Amino acid sequence: MKAASRNVLIVVTLLLIAANGLLLWPLGARESKPAQGEVKTLRVGLVFDVGGRGDKSFNDAAFRGVDLAVQKLGISAEFVEPGDGADRESGLRLLAARGFDLILGVGFVFSDDMLQIAHDYPDRHFACVDYAKFDANGFVVPPRNMVALKFREEEGSFLVGAVAALQSPHQTLGFVGGMDIPLIHKFEAGFRQGALAVCPSCKVLVGYAGTSADAFKNPARGKELATAQYQAGADVVFHAAGSTGLGVFEAARETGKRAIGVDSDQWDEAPGVVMTSMVKRVEVSVFDVISSLRDGHFEPGVKVFGLRQGGVDYAYDEPKRGMIPASVRERVESLRRDIIDGKITVLDK
Amino acid sequence: MDSLALVGLLWAILRISVPYVMAALGGTVCERAGVINIALEGILLIAALGTALGAPHGAALALVCGLAAGVITALLYGLLVVVFRGDQIVCGVAIFMLADGLSRVLLKVQFGSTSNSPRLDALVGSGPLWLLAVTFSSVILLHGLIYHSVLGLRLRAVGDKPAAAQALSVSVLSVRMWAVALSGLLTAIGGVYLVFEQRQFVALMSGGRGFLALAAMIFGGWRPLWGAAAALLFATAEASGIFLQARGLLIPNWILQSVPYVLTLLTLMLRGLLGKTHSAAPLSLGIPRL
Repeated sequence: MKAASRNVLIVVTLLLIAANGLLLWPLGARESKPAQGEVKTLRVGLVFDVGGRGDKSFNDAAFRGVDLAVQKLGISAEFVEPGDGADRESGLRLLAARGFDLILGVGFVFSDDMLQIAHDYPDRHFACVDYAKFDANGFVVPPRNMVALKFREEEGSFLVGAVAALQSPHQTLGFVGGMDIPLIHKFEAGFRQGALAVCPSCKVLVGYAGTSADAFKNPARGKELATAQYQAGADVVFHAAGSTGLGVFEAARETGKRAIGVDSDQWDEAPGVVMTSMVKRVEVSVFDVISSLRDGHFEPGVKVFGLRQGGVDYAYDEPKRGMIPASVRERVESLRRDIIDGKITVLDK
Repeated sequence: MDSLALVGLLWAILRISVPYVMAALGGTVCERAGVINIALEGILLIAALGTALGAPHGAALALVCGLAAGVITALLYGLLVVVFRGDQIVCGVAIFMLADGLSRVLLKVQFGSTSNSPRLDALVGSGPLWLLAVTFSSVILLHGLIYHSVLGLRLRAVGDKPAAAQALSVSVLSVRMWAVALSGLLTAIGGVYLVFEQRQFVALMSGGRGFLALAAMIFGGWRPLWGAAAALLFATAEASGIFLQARGLLIPNWILQSVPYVLTLLTLMLRGLLGKTHSAAPLSLGIPRL
């Protein structure tokens, strides 16, 4: 009887290990033929954030960057979509152990784990989008084999703030944030400064969905936050709230008002409702780090992508939309030049 | 505050309360039969998933699929804890994990993403208003069922003194299975509502509403009317927080979000202090029996 139950235990344990392995099985592998004359193909692994592939935002932008590198630089790439927190760490570790040259993590949630794994695998390279690790002594500088890809979200948000304020008859705007944390406060701060720069009497209403990571996945809460802001007179609501922002678009649809997307161009989520998006060109940064590693000059430390580097921007494709009039475009472009020239400094809080 | 704003706030309270009320009712019917239901969160999520999977074929099928998904999940839970007498807490948590995992797998298969479905155009125009009506009539119906029907008497007997019920030839097993299934149906309405309101499925979109409903059920003392009232109270706290934020009055988020749990803890403490036994937990709650 004892032996039988021990056998059962062993079988169950083995099954669990197998199931775990399956969870981490890379979901999509994309191999490309190495360019002529090249001896070794650079292998890049990417671990997605909680939102996962298909979020039409952050993760998809990172995917595009790697995909472009596959096509243009002849690297090979694999993608891992973690289920939850623990899978994230094991996803990174798995890629490192399998000998990938560069391991990318998309999102600030990777900061802790990647720092640790970068120490454990000193001969692999790591890149963390939105890296933000602070300890008692302040910012933790990444080790020699790791680069932090950071964005000046406040600069892009400044521009969409100006776009929104220039088209707000009631001089009232809204901001819906996901989790109430400094990273998201940067969006709010930039948006507010941009709005006030072109419309000093404008008001910005602010709402946050919550205080945990769930706050990025609560569209029903996002819809209620935005509905309340529209009812309080907001003409345009800007969100920095992941999937919660999808609720903001739904509220805009129902009230017939407009919204501004974030991270990627979110026009397709709600055509005619999303007037523009604060675009974080994660693909630019990801492509940049892959190509520098391939060319043999990987630079560790912190790389910042602002307006000047083309790392942030606002979505504007002229003929098909027409939700941003030419006069507004001109005004916002002159603000862009002022920021790049240093005439305007955008604060991040 | 102008009257238009007040109307807006009242609507927001009603909209927010639907999943809370339905899941609280689902929890109540299940626990009055003596079966703990931590699975509410999972049932909400799976019902939402079912709705999204059915939505490409029309709003009616979306509704049917959502309800069916909820009931099937509840029956699975009933099989585990009523028929096989599994631990109710462990199985409830397992149902939630199943819901999360299954929703990602099926999303990937159906829509090619593990996080969202695309916008479900079939649900446009079928406003969730009638679901609101269903919600509030369910409260009355469930109250009638539990307190003014033979079935309700059996249900309460099975939850309090299953041995006595059995002695009167009431099948404990079948009453509990019916209660669990009904719990699934009621909770599923909350999940269906979430997708009809958002017209999209997002992974983990239940967002802890099932757990909050559990708190409402306890706060309401395992009584449908009071449970629904508690759910309305929690929705009022949430809607007011949102409303005040939009009016520029910033209350720290963590205070608002802790309101329901603090209230529930206080009620439980008060009940303990006053030594009150009336309308507290069913006597045989969590004890499997066959």
